[in-house]
Amino acid sequence: MPAAIIKRDYSLTGRDAKLAEERGLASAQWYGCPIPRPRLKELMRRKDGPAIRDTLLWLALLLLAGALAYHLWGTWWALPAFALYGVLYASASDSRWHECGHRTAFKTTWMNDVVYQIASFMVLREPTSWRWSHVRHHTDTLIVGRDPGIAAPRPPDLPGIALDFFNLKNGPKEFGKILLHCFGRLTADEKVYIPETERHKVYWVSRLYALIYATVIGWSIALHSILPLLFIGLPSFYGAWLWVTFGLTQHAGLAEDVLDHRLSCRTVYLNPLFRFIYWNMNYHVEHHMFPLVPYHALPALHQEMKADTPSPCHGLWEAYREIVPALLKQVKDPSYHIRRKLPASARPAPMEMEAVMPAW
Amino acid sequence: MTSGWIEVCPAGDIAKEDVIRFDHGQRTFAIYRTADDQYYATDGLCTHGQVHLAGGFVMDNIIECPKHNGRFDFTTGEAKGVPACVNLVIYSVKVEGGKILIHID
Repeated sequence: MPAAIIKRDYSLTGRDAKLAEERGLASAQWYGCPIPRPRLKELMRRKDGPAIRDTLLWLALLLLAGALAYHLWGTWWALPAFALYGVLYASASDSRWHECGHRTAFKTTWMNDVVYQIASFMVLREPTSWRWSHVRHHTDTLIVGRDPGIAAPRPPDLPGIALDFFNLKNGPKEFGKILLHCFGRLTADEKVYIPETERHKVYWVSRLYALIYATVIGWSIALHSILPLLFIGLPSFYGAWLWVTFGLTQHAGLAEDVLDHRLSCRTVYLNPLFRFIYWNMNYHVEHHMFPLVPYHALPALHQEMKADTPSPCHGLWEAYREIVPALLKQVKDPSYHIRRKLPASARPAPMEMEAVMPAW
Repeated sequence: MTSGWIEVCPAGDIAKEDVIRFDHGQRTFAIYRTADDQYYATDGLCTHGQVHLAGGFVMDNIIECPKHNGRFDFTTGEAKGVPACVNLVIYSVKVEGGKILIHID
């Protein structure tokens, strides 16, 4: 590690939080691609139809996979059935959690809220805490000391990232937070971004989660079988790998401390099956720049923006061909990051603030 | 800065179901037009993140903040969806001679 570089403080209450404010990076003005207002209004328009269709299909597939896994229990064929069930339970819930958290998936507010609550449970995220955490992620995307949602802080914890493909690093942390909330307490970071008026919801929903998990564990013990836990609880771990595979592509290896989503977010072209599971969150530059545009309009938004944004990665393979080497380099040199190239047709990016970072 | 009734713009300058930004002195406002040609005015910045609401989305009588999807009823100023928790200040609006005017104290 170069002598002048010391690990940065990714907590929301530490040295880099203060530094971000001093450098004007907190709650700052971000670059926005020019899109005519009438066209943007069309893209922001809400519909119930696509999300109702996709939700019914998702729940039907989940029930089918679950029924199949139950039917095949006791045979080796139960393994692929549970693998499918787990992906539909946890990985597909990550994107439902996200889109319904923004309340853009459905036009009808209560539909967004119902799916948000269900998906939050299935991805093991206390809904109110994570809603506010995600708000902060959008305010200060990849601003060190401000963004609680940085998946690969530098230098990256490679064993931790590997464990998280089965939620084995963050999952236990989330359980710990849920238990803390049960006693009416928050972590130091949560106190920064959850307003006082919202905290009671965190405590009561965490108690409900604890009750549900205790019931399922008790049920498994009573039956002398892991089967109940394989349907509720454990899928948040064994079904997490695809959401982590998708999720790392959003920002990993890209620039921190820049006020331009084109440099800190990654758009990846995915096949229709993956886009169904991920609800088009792979159009991530587009989503961050215009979070009011619902998931079903993101491909069209991409067409409006692409002359002003870096070339997307063509598939997961291409994305990981740049992510993996970048993370490996960051282990030794945390200042390294992928410098996104803007097309000739694009407006220039603001100066990268990292270039003027003081050496600690 | 002057107070009282202040001219904003010709009424036709705001599209149906849309919002524009109006700056006056050191203050900024959001001026709304509904689908049935009613006009409303609120403070211009979201009470949550200090973002200009004029970049947001109008749905019926709701304005959604362009940054965090916080929601307000712009006819009453009431915060209707987190992260918006604090109500917006609203202003009286009238249309005279084809011009929109808002009343500023």
